[in-house]
Amino acid sequence: MNTKKTLFDKVWDSHVVQHIENGPDVLFIDRHLVHEVTSPVAFLGLKNRGIKVLHPEKTFATADHNTPTINQHLPVEDPLSANQLRMLEENSNEFGISYWGLGHEKNGIVHVVGPEYGITQPGATIVCGDSHTSTHGAFGAIAFGIGTSEVEMVLATQCIMQTKPKSMRINVEGSLNRGVTPKDVALYIISQLTTSGATGYFVEYAGQVFRDMTMEGRMTVCNLSIEMGARGGMIAPDEKTFEYVKGREFTPAGEAWDKAMAYWETLPTEEGAEFDKEITFNASNIEPMITYGTNPGMGIGISNGIPQADAVEGGVATYKKSLQYMNFNEGDSMMGKPIDFVFLGSCTNGRIEDFRLFTSLVKGRSKAPNVTAWLVPGSHRVEKAIKDEGLLAILNEAGFELREPGCSACLAMNDDKVPAGKYAVSTSNRNFEGRQGPGSRTLLASPLVAAAAAVTGKVTDPRELMELETA
Amino acid sequence: MAYDKFNILKSSAVPLPIENVDTDQIIPARFLKATERKGFGDNLFRDWRYNGDGTEKKDFVLNNPTYNGKILVGGKNFGSGSSREHAAWAVYDYGFRVVVSSFFADIFRNNCLNIGVLPVQVSAEFLDKILKAIEADPKAAFEVSLPEQTITIEGSGESESFEINVYKKANMLNGFDDIDYLLNISDEIKEFASDRPL
Repeated sequence: MNTKKTLFDKVWDSHVVQHIENGPDVLFIDRHLVHEVTSPVAFLGLKNRGIKVLHPEKTFATADHNTPTINQHLPVEDPLSANQLRMLEENSNEFGISYWGLGHEKNGIVHVVGPEYGITQPGATIVCGDSHTSTHGAFGAIAFGIGTSEVEMVLATQCIMQTKPKSMRINVEGSLNRGVTPKDVALYIISQLTTSGATGYFVEYAGQVFRDMTMEGRMTVCNLSIEMGARGGMIAPDEKTFEYVKGREFTPAGEAWDKAMAYWETLPTEEGAEFDKEITFNASNIEPMITYGTNPGMGIGISNGIPQADAVEGGVATYKKSLQYMNFNEGDSMMGKPIDFVFLGSCTNGRIEDFRLFTSLVKGRSKAPNVTAWLVPGSHRVEKAIKDEGLLAILNEAGFELREPGCSACLAMNDDKVPAGKYAVSTSNRNFEGRQGPGSRTLLASPLVAAAAAVTGKVTDPRELMELETA
Repeated sequence: MAYDKFNILKSSAVPLPIENVDTDQIIPARFLKATERKGFGDNLFRDWRYNGDGTEKKDFVLNNPTYNGKILVGGKNFGSGSSREHAAWAVYDYGFRVVVSSFFADIFRNNCLNIGVLPVQVSAEFLDKILKAIEADPKAAFEVSLPEQTITIEGSGESESFEINVYKKANMLNGFDDIDYLLNISDEIKEFASDRPL
């Protein structure tokens, strides 16, 4: 029997409180992140049972899904959103949980602020009632989304009951081409595997491309793991990880840091460890990506045409229904398609590096008059960096404004809704029907592709604009 | 939250043979603003079921009186997308106790099991047989037996077994949830926690 262990095995096995024969493991959770939408019914459950939060010090609440992205100093207008936000604040106070609500300097999208303040650490188990919790896997943590019943379990017992998933390693070797970002790598992998290709698996990303990637880039990739059906994705912690984590508010310090480091360095997958499935891609095959359909697996290299129905895996009727919704035809080129909205932000691409990329391309250009652009930082910390680094001045000069932090148009629970029939090039994570507002049509892409669309008013290959700069 | 026990269910079924039905279709995000678990069934498949002005879309299966029953039959990769348990709540609240598909998204499957909806995964071939049986007779009856772990097309007697782990099966047969189990081992959990570095 192979005794070599994977990163995933090491973290999972060290958190098993009890193994139930022919059943799930009782898994201990180190960090529980909470937001306003998936928690109220869980808190209500605790109240009905008359029990407390077992580990309030391991539980962190922030408001993000419902929050407006303008005039955050004013009362929230939508009464249902306001009620949910108030409930989170009341529940946090009642149960002794730290709460970073609207207006708090640490407020932001749960998956952006977790890493920013060192809540996210290598080797930890992290859950949240949100499927993009997979983001935190970038640090070598096991992180995944859970339902509200499970939120209640973790609040009550700091544990969850889960069957150990199978393991998959995805290697991307070589170096990325110019204009190709971590978002493109993720969209490429999903397009190859389909939206259900990794269901039942926990993924480890390995290879040169991920070793070269910044922590922000790794977060983008791990964030999108769920879009191929995986429970989560993770990347072995290395010097970049430790450098990022060090010195943050909730990071261990002094002796505790040395002890933590000694453990973290033992985490990477051992040579010879086996995975249930292993796939390798070559970075040179990846170009800037864009989606044309209604799930994240429906993506293509931006210079390619929309595939014919009989060339794709799955049902022809479902595929045609999807294209009909988008009002696209088989064989269409994506380039030159007019667009109406651009959204830069979300837990996928709402970090400082994403704003740097976007700004680099719009610098010295102007926002196209037919485009409404929503630039939404992932947190106040990102917002501050945008200002401090001088990006805001460049963006303003090009005709763009910056909004206040939140999930915003990614799922349109606040007022940032794309109208029916309109097209949005979006750096978020889902292009499902109506995701950005009833009837909205979403084209998922990187911050660079979004920037190229924002200044040209249509789908444009960012490499064309980058070449103009070099010339 | 406790739910009704599940044993054997005999019912007709509602067909929805679309692949990759995602949680945003099952319940759009704008209907997630409740702070209590009630009324979600009204918004199940909201944007497929209703026009913008609130009138029914006549061609959607839930608006077709020919089809009814406690079994929803979906296409491959049912429930992909978000972790919102509200999707499972909406399915349950509408009146479904079983969802049949040839493949389920992971979190949706878990959420169903946690709230008393039984996800029944069958082969693509058997799914096709079920859909054909409904097509031939919208009132066709099916039997889902949790003790036997089988789904049977009553008319033809054809049957296929499905998987569920022993622990979850016992929970559903008895209407127990995981929190009851975890609270019962709280001493063990506390001992484990005392040794954690984080």
